[in-house]
Amino acid sequence: MPDVVFMLLIFFMVTTVLREVELQVQIDYADAENIEKIEQKRLVSYIYIGPERLGGNRVGETKVQIDDALVEDVNAIRNIMYDKLMEQPRLIVSLRVDEDSEFGIITDVQQELRHAGTLRINYSTRREI
Amino acid sequence: MLNKKRGRESAEIDGSSLADIAFLLLIFFLVVTTIDVDTGIGLVLPPIPDDVEPPPVRERNLMNILVNAQGMVLINEQPAAVASVRERVKEFIDNNGADPNLSESPDDAIVSIKTDRRTPYNVYIDMLDEVMGAYAELRHQESMDRFGVPFSSLEQGSERRAEVQEAYPKKISIAEPDEG
Repeated sequence: MPDVVFMLLIFFMVTTVLREVELQVQIDYADAENIEKIEQKRLVSYIYIGPERLGGNRVGETKVQIDDALVEDVNAIRNIMYDKLMEQPRLIVSLRVDEDSEFGIITDVQQELRHAGTLRINYSTRREI
Repeated sequence: MLNKKRGRESAEIDGSSLADIAFLLLIFFLVVTTIDVDTGIGLVLPPIPDDVEPPPVRERNLMNILVNAQGMVLINEQPAAVASVRERVKEFIDNNGADPNLSESPDDAIVSIKTDRRTPYNVYIDMLDEVMGAYAELRHQESMDRFGVPFSSLEQGSERRAEVQEAYPKKISIAEPDEG
């Protein structure tokens, strides 16, 4: 019995990703059918785009969040992503975008990513049921 | 003699609490674990162009898909339903020179996607999904013809997989956005 419990324990310890970032933007994922899995989580860096969460149930303007902070100046993304690319040359940028966003801000972010040289991107979507 | 035996028995560690501790930890990890697999539509952005002119592309090898601010999909300037994009893209890629208005070969075919600043994101994703679906179906078909197995069952990084990918390369171009 303790052996089984230990086995399970070790399994969950290995699969656990402890620190998830605290989202400051509201994101409802879009659905898609033809999706691929990202197996190597180490390679992934996330950019969250969605309306900012204000107190209560209100949401504000569309903002960009990288790691734990909102990025006010879109041009700063270039340097942030470039630094990340230096650390991990095979970086995949996962764009987690709220489905009601307009595409302009994503275009801006994509332009920054192109300048930074992080060309592999992934639009995060759920599987369509 | 009796004393000695008792001493030996008490030297054993009581293991019953071990399971309790393990259970506690197990429950902790069970609660904090989020097994969410990252899924999404992968894409490679074009690099920032140098001053070198991009190689000329013949018009027939280029399929322009525009999603405008109203969320309408236009294929080569003609309005089209999102649901029809897949068939149109498949026809276009797998033309092999038959129709003079469509691509010369799957290798030459380029799908160019253009958006507006006010394009709704979910329409864009739906459209991209259809384009990806077209490629997935073509690759599946090719894999069935060549090897008799579905494309998804070919191993990642295997020669056969590369061969099918080679036959239908994903040439999706994200057009430079308009100013303003």
